[in-house]
Parts: sequence; structure tokens; C-alpha cells
Amino acid sequence: MKVLVPVKRVVDYNVKVRVKSDQTGVELANVKMSMNPFDEISIEEAVRLKEAGTATEVVVVSIGPQQAQETIRTALAMGADRGILVKTDDEVEPLGVAKILKSIVDEEQPGLVIVGKQAIDDDSNQTGQMLAALLGWPQGTFASKIELDGDKINVTREIDGGLQTVRLNAPAIVTCDLRLNEPRYASLPNIMKAKKKPIDEKAIADMGVDVSPRLEVLKVTEPAERQAGIKVESAAELVAKLKEAGVIG
Amino acid sequence: MQFDLSEEQLAFQDVARGFAQDELAPYAAEWDRDAIFPVDTMRKAAALGFAGIYVREDVGGSALTRLDAALIFEALSAGCTSTAAYMSIHNMASWMIDRFGSDEQRSKWLPDLTTMNKIASYCLTEPGSGSDAASLRTKAVRDDDHYVLNGSKAFISGSGTSDVYVCMVRTGEDGPKGVSCLVVEKGTPGLSFGATERKMGWNSQPTAAVIFEDARVPVENLIGEEGQGFKIAMMGLDGGRLNIGACSLGTAQTALETAKAYMQERKQFGRRLADFQALQFKLADMATELEAARLLLYQAAVKVDAKAPDATMQAAMAKRFATDTGFRVVNEALQIHGGYGYLKDYPLERHLRDVRVHQILEGTNEIMRVIIAREMLKD
Ligand SMILES: Cc1cc2nc3c(=O)[nH]c(=O)nc-3n(C[C@H](O)[C@H](O)[C@H](O)COP(=O)(O)OP(=O)(O)OC[C@H]3O[C@@H](n4cnc5c(N)ncnc54)[C@H](O)[C@@H]3O)c2cc1C
Repeated sequence: MKVLVPVKRVVDYNVKVRVKSDQTGVELANVKMSMNPFDEISIEEAVRLKEAGTATEVVVVSIGPQQAQETIRTALAMGADRGILVKTDDEVEPLGVAKILKSIVDEEQPGLVIVGKQAIDDDSNQTGQMLAALLGWPQGTFASKIELDGDKINVTREIDGGLQTVRLNAPAIVTCDLRLNEPRYASLPNIMKAKKKPIDEKAIADMGVDVSPRLEVLKVTEPAERQAGIKVESAAELVAKLKEAGVIG
Repeated sequence: MQFDLSEEQLAFQDVARGFAQDELAPYAAEWDRDAIFPVDTMRKAAALGFAGIYVREDVGGSALTRLDAALIFEALSAGCTSTAAYMSIHNMASWMIDRFGSDEQRSKWLPDLTTMNKIASYCLTEPGSGSDAASLRTKAVRDDDHYVLNGSKAFISGSGTSDVYVCMVRTGEDGPKGVSCLVVEKGTPGLSFGATERKMGWNSQPTAAVIFEDARVPVENLIGEEGQGFKIAMMGLDGGRLNIGACSLGTAQTALETAKAYMQERKQFGRRLADFQALQFKLADMATELEAARLLLYQAAVKVDAKAPDATMQAAMAKRFATDTGFRVVNEALQIHGGYGYLKDYPLERHLRDVRVHQILEGTNEIMRVIIAREMLKD
């Protein structure tokens, strides 16, 4: 079974993000960018499926600027076989991403698409679900375990209050959660080998999809700064303060 | 001149930083306190290619450059200075076998060394021969197809735990030309180890004497030719010095970042420390000097790879400057923390104890000046 894994280039999770002074977005100049951490988990899962002999090929795709190629290389260094870069300098919303991915899926015909449940930049949590809808494929979201069983895919999902296991007919979409696995580091030799793996470039224009934005960002602002707390002397005073703040009745 | 790191170099750095953050930093204080040599962690690092960074690929090495290695050690030392420094010694000893060993020797030892299934030590210093390394006296006398070794090595990192000891011994005349390089394996009859030294820093790795009493080592363990040993040892050190310098840079960078964060948080006289110009200037100087040291070290790394005629001098300059600057920056970072910097609850005092030895070993910083001046005054 061929596995397709979309990966997104986002601001590194260690970076303290700053809002641009004109409030149109966050500062990206001179900021370290990395693979979305949920996508690292997707890649790891796909590579493990390949190592276990259940997946035959792992194809990564990224939609973004030329530098998104570095993100694809990271995935190739972790063990993916080849990459596809859909080049655009514009921001593409989840629906647009899903349409582009559908076009890639039509061409590649994977048996399984593993996506991160969300990207840590916009936290949309929409792409996987929209892609499933566009393709008319079954979906297993928030996976903490994935098992291939012939043309069935068992997905254990993290839901409120416990775990649920669903059985999907391939081809299917799985979105992965944080506890699915612990992604490996790419080894130095594998980083070098990744240089030789192929990356295809594609243009959105050739796909015949409309990715024009459906949303308009009005303003991006910093969260309110945390106010300093106060110290209370006794439990009674604490209760009084909480009542005063309207937190308890 | 080109100052940007390549895409692969950034990727190497990323992996080493991630490893340092997840696998080294959380445990460094405990390894230091309890003197734990984290062999399993080093094996995990080896699985990523960190144990044979500039060893050839056919024996499991990563076949990268000295600059790549410097970037990696800089990143690893941010997690645990002492463990990163040990990895650098292992890399140096492994490279000596790779560079000067025969194919048989390479395939005998290197596959185990690049995975750190076996650990390597570098044995040059003796009780009576430190800076004047060419005066070493451990004697190796040929007896049929063996050398019989007598003498002892002092201050050997990894001693007792290591499996493969790359030893400089005297097979001939006095001076550098009478020195040969021999691999002595753990378990060799007549090989024993001294008591583990109690040290100021570098506590995540053991240091002890290596003792030879009629130790019989097969002639086939001779690396290179008889009389080549001193040259091999010095060439190893050119790279080793870069890596030790890099370990000072990485540690100092962490200390600098810790100090910066502390200045933005700690208040005295109703203001943040970061608002005092005296401390701002200190921070600016620390960052500037560290950057200068980094540039010198990267340049020296490129020169060693290119086998430039001034490579040894450049490596000596870089080692001297990076380890002195590294120590000063760590010391200033400790000072910025006031009394807290002196407590073991904060990492600064450990950083200070760990980088201090980088000014002493793999050639003291005085000896670095001897090397530089000798080169300058040679004609
Ligand atoms: C923790 C630790 C780990 C070590 N690990 C290893 C190892 O793995 N393998 C190994 O082989 N060695 C190792 N060493 C040894 C280290 O390389 C030596 O300690 C170092 O080379 C200095 O030698 P020495 O201690 O004999 O000092 P000495 O050579 O006695 O020097 C004493 C002082 O005199 C100065 N001095 C000496 N000669 C001159 C000169 N000509 N001009 C100006 N000043 C001079 C020195 O700079 C120094 O300040 C280690 C040392 C330590 C502390």
C-alpha cells in the first residue's frame, strides 16, 4: 500500500512568536521554521509501516514556498521515499490545501493518507476532514494507533473519556494525534542520502483547482498580558476574593 | 567568502540540538553529581552517526567534514558539555584508525566504534610527559609477533570503561621520531587501570591511568608504521582541538542564553537586570566575543579539512581562543546570576567546571601559543 503524507512548514515550536506591528500576522522574517510536529508523527508512522512491510512507498507532499523543500528533505531523511513540492508563495487555507491534496491523491492513488490532526501555526484542524469529504473516503481522526489489516485500517482514536477504535476501508484518511508515536531523529548518513531522493515540483495553476481565500484576516493581536497575582492570608480571604471575582457563587 | 551554512549543515545542527535537548540536557546535572558515564545515551547518539562523524562510510562512519563535526559538537555540548566532549575524544581516536589503519584494522575495529558498541580512548599523556608529549616513555619492545609494553598513561578519558585504547608508545629513539601508535584492547594481559580521578568537572566520564606491565600486544595492532605515532597523534589533535573548542562555544552559548533570560526576569532596585546598562554592555560583549570565536573556529575547521599548510596553527588559534572565550562567557553568565549562579540548582557552576578543563587538555592554551609562535617565527 502506498502512503501519502502531507507536511507543512511552520514556525518552529521553540520560537516565541511576535505579532507584526501592522497586525496582519506574525513575524516570519529571521524566524526558525521547521516541520509541523504533528506531521513528524505522520511521517514516523508511515515509515514504520514501511519498515514493517505493510506500506510499499511513502510519498511526502508539501504546499508552500521554495523553502518548503527543506521540510520535504527532513521527511526524506526520516525515511520517506520521494517528495512533491506544490510551490506557492501565497497562504493557502485548509480548503485550498484539501483541494490540492485531492488532485495529488487522484494522481498518486495512495491506499492511505496520514495527516497531522492540525498545524501548530493556525491550529485549524480541518485539512484531513475536508480532504476525506472531497474524496468521499472514510476518515479516522485523532489517531493514537494505526493498524493495517489487509484492505482494512483499524484506527484507535482519542476521544473525551477514553479510546474508540474504528475500522476503515482503504483507501482512507487518518489524522494523527500527539501520542501516536515518538518521531525519530534523522541520522547524519540519512540526511546525506535524502539529498539524492527525488522531489517533483508542481504548480497549483496546473491542477485546475480554485484555492482563492474564503476568509479575511481582520487583525492579529498578542494575547492579553498576564496580570500579576495577589497573595491572600487565609482560606477565608481566598473564598471572599473568588466571590468578588465572580468565579464562585 | 561564504558564511551561510548549507541546508544539510542546518539539518545536522537540528538533529544534534534536538538530541541535546531531549537526551542530554535533562540528565546532565545527575550525570555530573553521581559521576555517571552515560554509555547507553552515547550509543543512541552513535545510531544517529555522531560516533564516527568524519570516519568513512564503509565502516559505518558518517563521512562528513570537520566543520560539520564542529557544528555537531557545539550543538551537543549545549545539552551536556562533558558527554559531548567524550564523544569528541571517541571520534578522534576512531578517525586515527580510519585514516592510518590498514583495511583489516579498519574493518576489525571501526564497525564497533561507529556504533559505540565499543568505546575508544586516546592515550598520549604520561605522569612525566604532559605538554612535552614527545618525551613519553612507555616502552614497546618487539618480541617476535608481539610488542611488550611497560609504562603508564595518565589522565586517560574513558579509562577502565573503554574497549579500544589508541596508545602512543616508544618503539625507537628519543623524541617524536621514536613514537609509534598501537591499539591495545581491553582484556590484554598486563593491561590495568588506575583509580578513577576525582575531578572539578567532566564528571560524566571517568579519567584514570592506563598501566602496562609486560602487556603483550600483537604487532598487527600497529597503526601506520613504526615511528609515525607522534605525527598520527598530532594530526588527531588538530581535529580534537576544534571539537573541544566547539564544546566550549556550545556551552557558552547556552550560558549566555540563560543569563539573558535571567536578566529579563530578575528585578533589583525596582528594575529588571536587563535595564542596567552595565549588564547590557556585558551581554553585548559576551555575544560579540563568542561570535568572533565561532568564526575563527569554523575557519580553522575548513583549513584542517583542506589540509591547508597553516591548518595546525589555525586549529591551535581556534582552540585557544574558543576555550578562553568560552570560559570567560560562562564565568560572566554565572556573575549575572549573582548568588544563584553559584548554586547547584542552576546549571552555570557546572558549565564553568566543565569548560575549565578545555583550557588545559588536548594541549594547554600555553602550548597553543607555543605552536602559533613557532609557526610565526619559523623563518
Ligand atoms: C580531565 C582530563 C582529561 C584528560 N584526558 C586525556 C586523554 O584522554 N588522553 C590524554 O592523552 N591526555 C588527557 N589529559 C591530559 C592533558 O592533555 C594534559 O593534562 C595536558 O596536556 C597538560 O599536561 P600536564 O598536566 O602534564 O601539565 P604540564 O605539561 O606539566 O604543564 C604545567 C603548566 O606548565 C605550562 N607549560 C608547560 N610547558 C610550557 C612551555 N613550554 N611554555 C609555557 N608554558 C608551559 C602548561 O601550559 C601548564 O600550565 C586529560 C587531562 C584532564 C585534566
